[in-house]
Amino acid sequence: MNYFELFDLPATFDVDVADLSTRYRELQKATHPDRFANASEQQKMLAVSRTAQINDGFQTLKEPIRRAEHLLELKGVDIKNETQTVKDTSFLMQQMEWREALEDISHSRDADAADELEQTFKQYRAAITEQLQHLLASDDASVIQNAADHVRKLKFMAKLQDELVRIQDALFE
Amino acid sequence: MAYSEKVIDHYENPRNVGSFEKDDPSVVTGMVGAPACGDVMKLQLKINEAGIIEDARFKTYGCGSAIASSSLVTEWVKGKSVEEAASIKNTDIAEELALPPVKIHCSILAEDAIKAALEEYKSKKA
Repeated sequence: MNYFELFDLPATFDVDVADLSTRYRELQKATHPDRFANASEQQKMLAVSRTAQINDGFQTLKEPIRRAEHLLELKGVDIKNETQTVKDTSFLMQQMEWREALEDISHSRDADAADELEQTFKQYRAAITEQLQHLLASDDASVIQNAADHVRKLKFMAKLQDELVRIQDALFE
Repeated sequence: MAYSEKVIDHYENPRNVGSFEKDDPSVVTGMVGAPACGDVMKLQLKINEAGIIEDARFKTYGCGSAIASSSLVTEWVKGKSVEEAASIKNTDIAEELALPPVKIHCSILAEDAIKAALEEYKSKKA
């Protein structure tokens, strides 16, 4: 299933989420169960499965990591369900350091340190995302593998961000 | 999802947590990460001149199964030769801890951590 085609959008990483939302609502209207009240059972079934596709497609294209994974999948690289491990030592060292910093903050309850880390994560994510955007425009196999590595890094960053938000929430309790 | 008793035991009483002195020449380090869940694992092995693993330490940021998998392998590798340690399979770890299919990647992470550490050992010896 090519979700870009479903939403009649070019298959690129650069998606305007407001525009995507408009397209989503229009597609939803067209497959709404009310429109199929007098239709045959088969048509009703088709409408239901199309609604499910539209919902999946919207969730996938709305979120940058899932959108990037979908683009990679369309280019023949499936990393969604991979169990492969990453061995980039310097990247992992950095991840360890950030995890340790988060651990320290959860003990020290230092809100300023948490804000500072939030900025650091934000800048790092922005830098990787910008590179990813260029890499995903390519069809060259080695560039696509490099793009996949960038998406993997963003997945680690998403995990760090979840942890940070959890700690920040606890600071306000 | 219910964790097995063995996972809970290793999670609540993790064995060999921590780090060795970085500059110790007999220490090698394996760093690995699982993008699917964002887990990171550091495994350190202290290997003597005869190629026997004398001690092990780990530090893992991840779910209970990832912590249990790394805790378990630090116990398993102690006293083993480098060759024996290299033959530890993720399936052995998964079986011992009764990991459900969705947590198999945690055992793969632990196996790959041993492999990464032993690779450093080999390149150090070469």
